[in-house]
Amino acid sequence: MQNPYLPYPVRIDKITNATEDKSLKTYKFVFLDPDDERKFAYKAGQFAELSVTGKGEIPIGIASSPTEKGYVTFTVNRVGLVSSYLHTMKEGDIMGLRGPMGNSYPWDALEGKNVVIIGGGFAFTTLRSSIVYMLDPANRSKFKDIHVVYGARSPGMLLYRDELTKWEERDDINMHITVDGTDDPDWKYNVGFVPTITEQKAPAGNDDTYAIICGPPVMIKFTQPVLDKLGYTHDRIIMSLENRMKCGIGMCGRCNIGKEFVCKDGPVFTLSQLNETPREY
Amino acid sequence: MKVIKIDKQDFTSGIEKLADSYRLFGPVKEKESYAFQKLEKGQLPDFNFKNTRLSIKSVINPQSEVMFEYSLDEKQTDHHVMKEAKKDYSPRAIFGVRPCDGKSMVLVKPNFDTLEYKDNYWLDSYNCTTFVGLACNDPCSTCFCTSAGSGPFDETGLDVLLIDMDDYYIAKAVTSKGEALLSAASWDTAGTLDDVEDKKSKAEKKIKTSVSIDNIKDRSINEIHQASFWEDIAFSCINCGTCTYVCPTCWCFDIQDENSGKSGVRMRNWDSCMFPLFTMHGTGHNPRGEKTQRVRQRFMHKLKYYLDKYDQGIQCVGCGRCIQSCPVNIDIRRVCNIMNDYNYE
Amino acid sequence: MIGYIDKIKEISKGLLEEKKVDMIIGFRKGTVPMINEPCVAKTSADVDNFVWDSSCGINLANYLTGRKEKIGIIAKGCDSRNIVNHIIENKINREQLTIIGVPCKGMVDRSKVKALVSSDIEEVIEKEDTMVISGADFEKTVKTSDVISKNCTICMHRNPVIFDELVAEEVDEQKDVNRYEDIDKIEAMDSGEKWNYFEDMFKSCIRCYACRNACPLCYCPTCFVDESKPQWVGKSQDPIDIWTFHFLRAYHCAGRCTDCGACVRACPMDIDVRLLTKKLEKDCFEMFNWEAGLSIDKRPPLDVFNADDPDGFIK
Repeated sequence: MQNPYLPYPVRIDKITNATEDKSLKTYKFVFLDPDDERKFAYKAGQFAELSVTGKGEIPIGIASSPTEKGYVTFTVNRVGLVSSYLHTMKEGDIMGLRGPMGNSYPWDALEGKNVVIIGGGFAFTTLRSSIVYMLDPANRSKFKDIHVVYGARSPGMLLYRDELTKWEERDDINMHITVDGTDDPDWKYNVGFVPTITEQKAPAGNDDTYAIICGPPVMIKFTQPVLDKLGYTHDRIIMSLENRMKCGIGMCGRCNIGKEFVCKDGPVFTLSQLNETPREY
Repeated sequence: MKVIKIDKQDFTSGIEKLADSYRLFGPVKEKESYAFQKLEKGQLPDFNFKNTRLSIKSVINPQSEVMFEYSLDEKQTDHHVMKEAKKDYSPRAIFGVRPCDGKSMVLVKPNFDTLEYKDNYWLDSYNCTTFVGLACNDPCSTCFCTSAGSGPFDETGLDVLLIDMDDYYIAKAVTSKGEALLSAASWDTAGTLDDVEDKKSKAEKKIKTSVSIDNIKDRSINEIHQASFWEDIAFSCINCGTCTYVCPTCWCFDIQDENSGKSGVRMRNWDSCMFPLFTMHGTGHNPRGEKTQRVRQRFMHKLKYYLDKYDQGIQCVGCGRCIQSCPVNIDIRRVCNIMNDYNYE
Repeated sequence: MIGYIDKIKEISKGLLEEKKVDMIIGFRKGTVPMINEPCVAKTSADVDNFVWDSSCGINLANYLTGRKEKIGIIAKGCDSRNIVNHIIENKINREQLTIIGVPCKGMVDRSKVKALVSSDIEEVIEKEDTMVISGADFEKTVKTSDVISKNCTICMHRNPVIFDELVAEEVDEQKDVNRYEDIDKIEAMDSGEKWNYFEDMFKSCIRCYACRNACPLCYCPTCFVDESKPQWVGKSQDPIDIWTFHFLRAYHCAGRCTDCGACVRACPMDIDVRLLTKKLEKDCFEMFNWEAGLSIDKRPPLDVFNADDPDGFIK
């Protein structure tokens, strides 16, 4: 019987600052036992428990794409005990990784459809994974139009900026990058909040179009009416939730929203599913 | 399955025999109350108890349990790598398990034994155990097991049910595991269940309170969640963990790393939905930050979410421990009946 | 004491009807014997559910913390002292409160009563000075004063120290009681005996925090045991962590504890937690001539510095 609490040992291969204020760092992990990488087969939208030995575990969305081999990456905001300690760790340090956990974005349902990705702030990690996955030459033909609305407070707070720029240059993805405000005269993308840009740039909702939305509660609060207006039905609006978690496998009891566990039955839900729950998140 | 008659003096010698092949646990008197403890050599389970203050959860799923060990010393090979902690899962028998506690195992198991994941700590501990029940001839005034899907003579979840017939015990094997224990104890005199039915109906008649869930079943989660009675139910709650800790069917836990110098252990500890910390995000945001939300969570989990999720009744066996121990007299029977009888229109 | 209820209801209804308060905090009949449940009345009809007897031990001051409404509250001597604490510590404003004072002769100790009989108590009927306890096969009458909580037996402030209404004439305050008998016994132990005594005392603690949460003094937004940055105390059943919690909590109550007994009453494991706070209460009494919660005009001893504060501990 495999112990579901036993993390795979990993080495921190590379640490990069992900935002200009250094509150987020991106960690690239390599499995000590290459066999573990095979066991850690994941889909875009899943998460894992980063296990910092001696401090504890934190659930973090997987930022790398299943199409990227040899490593996994996570972008971690410095918030609590474990994430703060993780920010002090160095390349080469040994820790653990437990997962992958949770469901993923509904890739079967998304196949053959237009995909509109709407993200705000730090909640772009599993969206990055999804974009890289969809843009992979082996996968791109499976999807129709791809739109991405992604916003942050300022240019320096956008995650994965180099990649965003490269995606902007492609013609098989429609990028709508935005910032709340900037004094950079060379900023050539949008200025405005995510809901506004979504209203201006996102395609209208129909049976063939899904919106995936991740972001801070305030962004979601104001984007949802926009999607309603654009004609997205609630079963075509896909959200990824965060709740405090420990076990990550639906057993320790804390992350539930009604009878569903965010860690195991989620973190990805359609808005129609969420409407049936007490929405305690 | 076998029905055995055990004379009370043979009971003692049987227990002595079992000590060779089982780790024995049973109720032991501690000051004014009873607790399940490991029985020392020659020690007998003390059956002069109504019920133990903590359920057999304290044995199967102990309050603090080491999961892994690790070294933080970079001079060691395998530093920072989790190692499985050594455990003793040799055969164990728990005597004096009240039927409500036996039933609780059946309710808790689906949480730890799922299609996708198996919680090895809970399952190994459960699987190595033979549950020797003791029927309740004399239930407490707070018992309501008969309306919570169990009963004073319920065999569900037990391997053997002992019935105290005053001068002797009747032991009814419920599973082959139970039969094996009876043989190992050399309890082999055939008995009959002739007089048991009478004891059983007498015991059931002593249970005077009940809960109803028919209406809870038919209502949607959100209807009950948004009902107006929660403020009143929650007012007196002080948000301690007593109800959840004494409950045989509350399984929630926390995972913590505890370091001592250059080594440490990853362990799990009972946790409680009554504590704000249980759900607090790293950012300080708390989906159940208010007392009323936490009280509602506990009762909704037990009486609605579980009911809907597993289709095997409520997550409560009617043992009444939370009623006896609640420092402010929040009574699950009252709450359940309010939830059931409320006019949801 | 059982005769108070009519007056309590009369005053409560008057306050609600005249809209002097938004709510009244009192007790409704418990579902099990010897414990009534704190509740809120917002209408006269709610007030009809109020009860008063010797099973109203829970300290209602605990329900005031940070509330914004205008509140009527029923207060025994100890509750009233904790209300004073709350006012001093800015947890409630005096102006928000209408205190319905109840002179008290002590509240029943459930475990004392349970220990008197061998089977389950199903009903307790309270008479003027006695209680009739009954179960399936027995009925027994006990003197209420014989089964009141330990802290009530040595209580020096049975009458409310602050109130707006009083439901009955004041009761006589107790004289000639040895308030510190239990503490004297522990103080007389050598360190080894003390170690064993406390080790045994906390053996059954399950860290449910009922003692802390029942205590009107324990209102910290985040208790030190729940802090994670830094984490002061481990979370397991390690005895050192358990003792650390209890000892530190007690110290945090020094100069504030009214010995209301809420902690002991709440403990599901029958741990006599108040022995710790009682020792500190004794020290405060002996060193500063201080008893907590007697006046809203006096600052507690640990809040102020006086040149003649005892300094014998500086060696």
